[in-house]
Amino acid sequence: MSILVNKDSRIVVQGITGGAGKLHTGHMVQYGTNVVAGVTPGRGGEKVHGVPVFDTVTEAVEKTGANCSLIFVPAAFCRDAVLEAADAGIPLVVTITEGIPTLDVADVMHTLRVKGTRMIGPNCPGIITPGEAKVGIMPGYIHRPGRIGILSRSGTLTYEAVWQITNLGEGQSTCIGLGGDPIVGTSFVDGLELFEKDPATAGVIMIGEIGGTAEEQAAAFIRDHMKKPVAAFIAGVTAPPGKRMGHAGAIIAGGKGTAPEKMAALRAAGALVAESPAEIGATMMKALAR
Amino acid sequence: MKIHEFQAKAILGRYGVAVPKGGAATNASEAVAIARGLAPPIAVKAQIHAGGRGKGTLDVDFRGKPLHGVVLCASADEAAEVAGLMLGHTLVTKQSGPEGKKVQRVLLEQGTKIRSELYLGVVLDRALGRPVMMGCAEGGTSIEELAAERPEAILKEKMAPKRGIEGFQSRRMAAGLGLRGPLLAPAAKLISSLGRAFVDLDASLAEINPLVVTEDGAVMALDAKINFDDNALFRHPELTELRDLSEEHPTEARAKEHDLSYVSMDGTIGCMVNGAGLAMATMDIIKHVSGGRCEPANFLDVGGAADADRVTEAMRIILEDGKVRTILVNIFGGIVLCDLIAKGIVAATRELGLKVPLVVRLEGTNVEQGREILRTSGLRIIPATTMEDAARKAVAAAGEVSR
Repeated sequence: MSILVNKDSRIVVQGITGGAGKLHTGHMVQYGTNVVAGVTPGRGGEKVHGVPVFDTVTEAVEKTGANCSLIFVPAAFCRDAVLEAADAGIPLVVTITEGIPTLDVADVMHTLRVKGTRMIGPNCPGIITPGEAKVGIMPGYIHRPGRIGILSRSGTLTYEAVWQITNLGEGQSTCIGLGGDPIVGTSFVDGLELFEKDPATAGVIMIGEIGGTAEEQAAAFIRDHMKKPVAAFIAGVTAPPGKRMGHAGAIIAGGKGTAPEKMAALRAAGALVAESPAEIGATMMKALAR
Repeated sequence: MKIHEFQAKAILGRYGVAVPKGGAATNASEAVAIARGLAPPIAVKAQIHAGGRGKGTLDVDFRGKPLHGVVLCASADEAAEVAGLMLGHTLVTKQSGPEGKKVQRVLLEQGTKIRSELYLGVVLDRALGRPVMMGCAEGGTSIEELAAERPEAILKEKMAPKRGIEGFQSRRMAAGLGLRGPLLAPAAKLISSLGRAFVDLDASLAEINPLVVTEDGAVMALDAKINFDDNALFRHPELTELRDLSEEHPTEARAKEHDLSYVSMDGTIGCMVNGAGLAMATMDIIKHVSGGRCEPANFLDVGGAADADRVTEAMRIILEDGKVRTILVNIFGGIVLCDLIAKGIVAATRELGLKVPLVVRLEGTNVEQGREILRTSGLRIIPATTMEDAARKAVAAAGEVSR
């Protein structure tokens, strides 16, 4: 078991003929992901790594039964690409692209909520259920099927946590990169709720960072609804206020959104918080043993 | 992207928001010309990208007292004198940092007789995922302080991301702020204009603090602040012209030109990392393993497409900071291949004739090839296995250099 994606997921890649789309489609196919279609307007009829390309998402869905879209479209066109996927009836949209205007994301989320479409991202590495489906740009080989769920606002820091878990002889049920933007489609709370219900997940790692209140909301959810153990790490203890730390969403604004605030909220809710990024995996093991 | 008050007022003016009569000057003679066109009293306001100017002080005296960043002057001559004193001097405020900011422009404005001061602003509410218009009948203080002390005093209206604020919402906000009778229509129009400007221009913050009601019954923006969403600047080329490079840290500005995400800090260990989260975590672990004795010199994300050129440029930027005693490279190669990064590190080290110790931790795709390249390079590169190992070695190396 897993959440959101598995071996039966049928992936359509929007922007499949672009550099990133082509490269990662290759990696995904190699991993064994069920990539059934690609979309690039004007390139219908071509093939990329054996995957048929269509002009529109609607056609791709009609011809292949795609039920999960992965978006590599440039930032300026992402709003339209996400709306196209939702309109074609795709229930899960994974947006990798970084740099989408915030109001475009806000606007898209407005529509997706009405349609009941879930988006993961933007500005994220994607989602992977090890051994079944890799829907994104993460390196497949560091993962191993297992019982730990991972939720993270970061890309490479997630790989770090995944690698720690794998080296401890454990594995992951599903790992979701939530994305580094101020507004994202899937929150920690959404992910925790799904993992709490997933019988294959025994414990959850959440990797947060400075900025916003998503971790505080997660803490409230953990306190009120989580029975499974949660281990957390919050990046940015040393980050100066008022400065954007790479991610558009990683900024301490008006003195709010600091790492110590978030760590305190999570601790108070019963999560184990790792002081060092080198101890994320060990902290999860400790939480599971409690 | 941040802009100055005079620029924000010009933008809001185009959207129909009333602002005081005035103009910005970059030198004393311009200030004199503007002051002569205004009826006293005249407000002289230093233009820097930091709040708290009224209480902040400059490194220059006026009539025996340190000059503040906002001064109300009784005559055009006095205004011109104050403007001349401000220009070229450094203003330190609560938000500017202890080093302060050099005043390169002043805004001279006709003084306003104020009946009441209010707060009005649009922020992006991340939890709600949409912009929210906030208003408060008690203006002048910061909204953060208000939100902490008296959150019940703040009125909110949720906005549609692309549509702005609806007319009825603006009227409800105006009435809630006590702007009724003949004030209601102009106040509602101003609120709608601010909402329109926010969505039209892809702002991330648009604030009028204070919004004032004048003694003759006008509703006016006495101060204004607008920040823009960097991700949306591509569709507002006219706004990028408002960028003031002199307000930005020179190295940070240069890094941005190379598409490197860099933030300067106060410590001694220069960091080069791929990914923003891992870069922050690397900074954190330096402080953690040193028990607070060592701090990072910078945040730097080399990004997903790090090749030899980018690594060289990143290292050059890190070394511009004279405080750097050690460089710590932490790469988790996913899509980025460790052997390519290793080649980049070797080339950069040779090209720059690196003098400070270099600790490198590589993990991920092609890691063995990468480590082999570093080992056989003949360069004094300190290899590390885990993140913690790397941080400890960097802290130790920084300590040795300082001795």
